[in-house]
Amino acid sequence: MADEIILEAKGITKLYPGTRALENVDFKVRRGKVNVLIGENGAGKSTLMKIIAGVESATSGEILINGSIAHYTTPAEAISHGVGIIHQELNLFPNLNIAENIFMTRELKKNPITIDLKKQVEEAKKYLDKLQLFIDPTTLVRNLRAGQQQIVEICKVLSQKAHIIIMDEPTSSLCQAEVSILFNIINELMVSGVTVIYISHRLEEIMRIGDYITILRDGHFIAEERVKNINLQWIIEKMTGNNHILRIETDRTAGEEILRVEHLTLPKRNGGYVLKDVSFTLRRNEILGIYGLRGAGRTELLECLIGAQSSMNGSIYLGGRKVTSHDINGRIKDGFALIPEDRKNLGIFHNLSIEKNMTISSLKRFTKRTEIKKRKERTAVQDIVNQLQIKLFSPDEFITSLSGGNQQKVVIGKSLLTEPKVLLMDEPTRGIDIGAKQDVFRICNNLVGRGVGVIFVSSEMQEILAIPDRVLVLSGGCLKGEFTNETVTEEKLVLTSALDLNAKE
Amino acid sequence: MKEKKMERTAIKISAIKEYLDKGKTIIALVGVIIVFTILSPNFLTVNNLIIMSKHVAQTAILAVGMTFVVLTGGIDLSVGAICGLSGMIAGGLIYEGLVLNLFGIIIYFSIPIIILISLALGMLVGWLNGILVTRFKVAAFIATLGTMYICRGAAMLRSNGKTFPNLVGKKEFGNTSFPFLGSGTIIGIPISVWIMIVLVIIAVYVSTKTPFGRYVYAVGGNENAARLSGIKVNKVKTVVYVISGACAAMVGLIISSELVASHPATGESFEMNAIAASVLGGTSLAGGKGSVFGAIIGAFVIGFLNDGMVMVGVSSFWQTVIKGVVIILAVIFEQMQSKKAE
Repeated sequence: MADEIILEAKGITKLYPGTRALENVDFKVRRGKVNVLIGENGAGKSTLMKIIAGVESATSGEILINGSIAHYTTPAEAISHGVGIIHQELNLFPNLNIAENIFMTRELKKNPITIDLKKQVEEAKKYLDKLQLFIDPTTLVRNLRAGQQQIVEICKVLSQKAHIIIMDEPTSSLCQAEVSILFNIINELMVSGVTVIYISHRLEEIMRIGDYITILRDGHFIAEERVKNINLQWIIEKMTGNNHILRIETDRTAGEEILRVEHLTLPKRNGGYVLKDVSFTLRRNEILGIYGLRGAGRTELLECLIGAQSSMNGSIYLGGRKVTSHDINGRIKDGFALIPEDRKNLGIFHNLSIEKNMTISSLKRFTKRTEIKKRKERTAVQDIVNQLQIKLFSPDEFITSLSGGNQQKVVIGKSLLTEPKVLLMDEPTRGIDIGAKQDVFRICNNLVGRGVGVIFVSSEMQEILAIPDRVLVLSGGCLKGEFTNETVTEEKLVLTSALDLNAKE
Repeated sequence: MKEKKMERTAIKISAIKEYLDKGKTIIALVGVIIVFTILSPNFLTVNNLIIMSKHVAQTAILAVGMTFVVLTGGIDLSVGAICGLSGMIAGGLIYEGLVLNLFGIIIYFSIPIIILISLALGMLVGWLNGILVTRFKVAAFIATLGTMYICRGAAMLRSNGKTFPNLVGKKEFGNTSFPFLGSGTIIGIPISVWIMIVLVIIAVYVSTKTPFGRYVYAVGGNENAARLSGIKVNKVKTVVYVISGACAAMVGLIISSELVASHPATGESFEMNAIAASVLGGTSLAGGKGSVFGAIIGAFVIGFLNDGMVMVGVSSFWQTVIKGVVIILAVIFEQMQSKKAE
């Protein structure tokens, strides 16, 4: 490995309350190359990148730039060391134009108080030209496509004189053509001496663009290699470590069909598809897993089923009868229930008590004429609290007094009180501790035992291997594979979800 | 058995807690009463309390509607103008009747019908507010600012800016009972105070005991979660504006009846009193937090403060300043309390 090391993270350990995100991780970044960092969800990639970019500071360990120790604790200081980051979720102001975005907080000025708009536009144009985005710098960022916005982000870090650019999943929201453009830009950046740290789940991309690859697993450094010396098989082995989790054995066999989805298609607002021609069935006595990377259409698929996506096409049959309702209220009455992924923004009411949170979807059950019968409501809530083993002091406490796991159980309880036939769970274990995760899995199994159909969406490999009886793999809005729990392996999931990008063209 | 008992105690504890929360405004009210009782011997007399309650009733009724709107995260600036418009419509119908030039006839309605027409008009404006906010996604502040101007203008147009005087009606038209609304009493208590009491009881019931009340809080707390929970968010939001419009129309009728005259400028800046009462009562302008009962206490604080200052002889300019100071202090106090709670 002859290339010069420009940045080196040495012995990085990061502790969060309750978890160890990184343990003694080493990461070498080589000048003028694309340095790929790869690992499963929760492996610690993002944490490591946040530390290198100064967003977070390490509990222990040090960062060397050009061989000498660099101390920085904020993104601004990191930039002064030449390290810039492009986050997966772009940080642009859609209501401002390209030039204003590029020079945000570093405005070019005529005098101490007046911005030199003309000069900003000229300078912005230079950067845009360099990256071959021939577009007027006074265009509002709102009017750019995702790929173009990405390029503006790159201009922004370049204008900050960054020569080490971290790209966190830069292709997750791009179409295939935009990915090619991005790769050309990366190649040109390297010619001009810029170093790139590239994070992605998409193995094929890594093989195309990467020079060096570093693999993390469970917060540990696993391996480092030149990309030209390795193959996909090697990556997968290192990533997964052959650590197959044993699935919870159940002796159930799938029964009759509960739910059938035919040719479900969800168009994007400006052309293309979020979901394309998705068809599948869900049977009694089974948990159906849906696996896919970010942007694969997992959440949108569930939103279509719960009635939150009004522009969807296709048919849904519940218990053999075609579903005709088209709003959420109607779908809940039909027997659908959704546990949303974003608990804080879509799941809970921070201003209401645990009890009121839990019964909000099923108040009609406790209402006699016009009045909610408090006693009846309380009985139902206690029942759910016992059933889901929610740890609480009193149902009258605010829901925000609970831990994440218990909040999630309340959200699950809310769905159960509507007596669903099909429960749609979108990343139900996100942000909750391991004990609560086990509880959620147990709840899933219990529900299935009672005849409820469960669709379990997850991007956590271990979960998707252990929990569902059958797994569908989504990629780019299309169903790319189906595995039973006997045939599913980590390798297959990684390959199906990450390799089919070309197939959609 | 034991469990049930514990459960009941838990419910009681939470009820007491809730009561104490609202109690903060009650403490302010008691403070106002004590201060003015000391300063003016006539303050705490039955007569004066009745007169003041009559004044309070106007703000309180508006505050009931306003609180529903604010709880969903909205705001209703049109209530003052609706007061004016509803008074002008009722006044016009009594004073000159419904003139149908085409047929050359004039229709005089009985007072109950006129009241219903005015209330319906208030609800119609509320419904329009709701549609603007939900269907056309106009920010509540702007939508109701617009309808405020429209209603105020319409009230002016109704009489070319003139007053409809002497709304006693004529015996032969059977519309003489209008002044009763503003000056009549039942067991010594003015009708408007009775209306306030009944309305408050209904509103407290609706907001705390019915599914609709829960939905109002849920929508104000987290609109997206409410939608995903199957709540018809747009319907809830529209209904609260309709309630607010009806309350405002009621106040317009009461004022016209008290004065036995309708003036198109009636109710100017009343919306601010209603908002102030809501906020004093602990309602958060961000939505989802507060109570109807608190808002009523808030209306009493503002009303008693106003009248008390008049009795003590504080200049009206100072009254306005003091009112502003009290509102700000109350909210700062509230903020400090909720920070402590966290």
